[in-house]
Amino acid sequence: MNPGVPASTSDPADLTIAGAGAAMRRGDLAAVELLGAVLARAAVTEAHIHAYLTLDRTGAGEAAAAADRRFATGQPLGPLDGIPIALKDNLCTRGVETTCSSQVLAGYVPPYDATAVARMRAAGAVIVGKTNLDEFAMGSSTENSGFGPSRNPWDTHRVPGGSSGGAAAAVAVGSALGGYGSDTGGSVRQPAALCGLVGMKPTYGMVSRYGLIAFASSLDQIGPLARTVGDAVDLLEAVAGFDPCDATSIRGQVPAMRRSLDAGVDGLRIGVVEELTGDGVAPAVSNAFRGTLDDLAAAGAEIVDVSLPTAPQAISVYYLIAPAECSANLARFDGVRYGLRVDAATTEEMMAATRAQGFGPEVIRRVLLGTYALSAGYYDAFYGQAQKVRTLMRDDFAAAYRLADVLVSPTSPTTAFELGERTADPLTMYYSDVCTIPCNLTGDPAISVPTGLDDDGLPISFQVMAPALGEEMLFRVAAAVERLSRFEARPTLATSQVPSP
Amino acid sequence: MTDDAATRHEATTPEPATYEAVIGIETHVELATRSKMFCGCPVGFGAEPNTAVCPVCLGLPGALPVPNREAIEGIVRIGAALGCRLVEHSLFHRKNYFYPDLPKNYQISQYDVPLCVDGRLDIEVDGDTSTIGITRVHMEEDTGKSLHGSDGGRIHQADHSLLDFNRSGVPLVEIVSEPDIRSADQARAYAVELQRVVRTLGVTEAKLEAGSMRFDANVSVRAVGATTLGTRTEVKNMNSLRSLHRAVSYEIDRQTRVVSGGGIAVQETRHWNEEAGGTIPMRSKEESEDYRYFQEPDLVPIEIDTAWWERAVASIPELPAARRSRYLAAGVEPSSVAVLVDDPALGDLFEGAVAGGAEPRVVSNWLAGEVVAYLRQRGASAAETPLDASALVELGTMVGAGQVSASAAKEVLRGVLAGEGTPAHVADVRNLRQISDSSALQDAVDAVLADHPDELARLRAGDAKPLGFLVGRVMRATGGRADPRAVSQLLASRAGPPP
Repeated sequence: MNPGVPASTSDPADLTIAGAGAAMRRGDLAAVELLGAVLARAAVTEAHIHAYLTLDRTGAGEAAAAADRRFATGQPLGPLDGIPIALKDNLCTRGVETTCSSQVLAGYVPPYDATAVARMRAAGAVIVGKTNLDEFAMGSSTENSGFGPSRNPWDTHRVPGGSSGGAAAAVAVGSALGGYGSDTGGSVRQPAALCGLVGMKPTYGMVSRYGLIAFASSLDQIGPLARTVGDAVDLLEAVAGFDPCDATSIRGQVPAMRRSLDAGVDGLRIGVVEELTGDGVAPAVSNAFRGTLDDLAAAGAEIVDVSLPTAPQAISVYYLIAPAECSANLARFDGVRYGLRVDAATTEEMMAATRAQGFGPEVIRRVLLGTYALSAGYYDAFYGQAQKVRTLMRDDFAAAYRLADVLVSPTSPTTAFELGERTADPLTMYYSDVCTIPCNLTGDPAISVPTGLDDDGLPISFQVMAPALGEEMLFRVAAAVERLSRFEARPTLATSQVPSP
Repeated sequence: MTDDAATRHEATTPEPATYEAVIGIETHVELATRSKMFCGCPVGFGAEPNTAVCPVCLGLPGALPVPNREAIEGIVRIGAALGCRLVEHSLFHRKNYFYPDLPKNYQISQYDVPLCVDGRLDIEVDGDTSTIGITRVHMEEDTGKSLHGSDGGRIHQADHSLLDFNRSGVPLVEIVSEPDIRSADQARAYAVELQRVVRTLGVTEAKLEAGSMRFDANVSVRAVGATTLGTRTEVKNMNSLRSLHRAVSYEIDRQTRVVSGGGIAVQETRHWNEEAGGTIPMRSKEESEDYRYFQEPDLVPIEIDTAWWERAVASIPELPAARRSRYLAAGVEPSSVAVLVDDPALGDLFEGAVAGGAEPRVVSNWLAGEVVAYLRQRGASAAETPLDASALVELGTMVGAGQVSASAAKEVLRGVLAGEGTPAHVADVRNLRQISDSSALQDAVDAVLADHPDELARLRAGDAKPLGFLVGRVMRATGGRADPRAVSQLLASRAGPPP
């Protein structure tokens, strides 16, 4: 199954961001050395997991060397300086091919950096490369990539989740120390859960979407993938904050996310969402979830049951709103100005042929679904109705947050599934995101924290949700879950175990 | 034009009294803001193709729109000037259709909640005033431009197309009238008055030939007295006020022929062909597009507070209709009123001169006469000449004091326009000051009388006829600088009873 890779407790590729940063500030580790370790890991693992679409050795090397010059003069930029990062390939990178894993954008090189990318560069991050995803972020397994699927480093017969599966696989296996994905319906949290990582979706508007190639604009949000909650905070802080280039970005102060990491859960009310913890959740996942609740109660939290009556409609609402928005967002891929062009007799035929050939089947399915949902005569019944339920769902959450400080559920109802297991049935695939989609519809922040392994040795995760701009509380509870769970397992494909903290 | 409608039109002109036209006009106005609607690119006309572009207005992957406050101010001023009601929370929508010069393949526009609604515009045709309702005024973005590589310039015959995205994303205001217009004359009057209003506001150049102001007409006909509307056609591609008038006339006649012949008008979009002088079908309702409007998720609702709106209303300059009334009341001739109201630069000169004490009728005649003639000859605008209000005041004072004659004043004006200096300086250099010194005049009069003893004798005999001739002689002798009235008086006194 997994190739046996010799363990090495001293491989820098297995460090956390905090650990590597400390080592570099001490002068025990050079950024170029760290990058070398990560690239060496990728050289071994890429053939097995296909996490990356593009490795930017040159750009990464220059960024690492620049970081080393700053460390040499005692002036590092911050916690991300010199840290090798994996970037989902729907984030625009100036001068580096950006494809969204779609043939329609094969060879496309953006002339500008996404705001988040510019900010991580300004923070000293070393962008190792661009990682695989479900085409245009539409999927839950990374099998919908136009360039072949990625695989889960815990078991390469299984999917890494999606759509940010490449970034999750890279961070899990050690071909990056942290990563950024985008989360439209769970696309950061679900792959994090399936790969044993921390994955977080910030409050909608906290991270600029400028330069994130849009899937569903009202749901998309860039979020971090990391091995620890603390690393996730570092990744998020580097890119969060108002951006004048994004009219939906939040003005004002970013919440103090690190301040309460060690505060614990004593006295907090933790709401268990009834609708997200019942049928359809695998027994091992359910048992692990209950175990975590017990740990939290033992640590002083009050566990309360809450109901989100509209939660069962979340998938239906999502699969009207997201396709509707994507039908417009993806209209620009027409062969006129960039990307693929399939020549034909007329302009209209050229556009149609380009789109038919450039988009994969899931993208075409969703564009057609969205086009239909917005059509005259159908709008009120579909898109209009979905927006109304979305409003009701916000009301449901608001009511629940009067009873609890945070809400919790499993992140994914199952652990990693096998490649091909769900590709024949889109609805089963869509159900993978049943627990994660509600927070995209409400815009609230949510985080996935690994808590254990099932009998197959596959990671199980726990989701924490908080009200909008409640990141301080979210990270506080997530850090408590992390401490209580003591999850330290590493995928067998990684060359070594993570050193104990 | 391929069909023979025009010939049939000649043959069977319908009875005018039986049917009436119902017309609504959709007007697009490009705002002359510094930057585009949703990005920082400059709004510039005549730049090299695809030089005023960025990821946003090119529709590159990942780019996002951010609304331009200056453009919102512009549309709010237009809405206020048209007496609209402000919608405090209005929405942007996406209008979806595929077209090569529309980079995102959707246009950001407003749909069911536009910024301004329920306004009005008064127009006048042959002395009759009508009120045309304004349904809505909304904000959107312009498209790029397609240049089709073929003889016909139409996309269907083209073997290639070139795209220029400099115009892509320029702020565009759409002003939709109620179907209150009843004739081609009213349609033109509406267009002219609307152009005056938006130019007065200074928010747009509103040049039809440059496409910064464009009109589409929705035309239908119905039996006089009917209360329901007939089936309408939308007529596009009118690039001048003249073609708007011609196209609407043509379409009224065409539909009237169809309906009076027992036929049914087809709801369709028709293209005005200026050369052929007719409209031809572009697309019918059956093939018309479903734009799949939905709220633009990349933008938040436009929130305008009442105080801001009230400031916008307060900042509206005097509008053309009010200005016309005031000028007429001040004694300006109607033909000059139109000139001063249509050209804000001339209007400003007029206002400044009158404020400085000049006589309104005299100054308006100069501006509508000499000044307009001078500007037309050179293809210049008033702002490009050294003429200012103080010069007009000075010249008016000189005429009033008899220092220059009315005719010499026009020559002084030309000198000022040509940059020769102040009126006083021009009058001196060009030797145009009236001879008001009576001894100098007397010498000239005496010299003329000495040369014309017969006419002097007739005058003395009580025959007034030679007077005009003799005045003319004195004027000629003085190079036109004598005051004709003074000359006339002098001649009369010389012709009096002999001492």
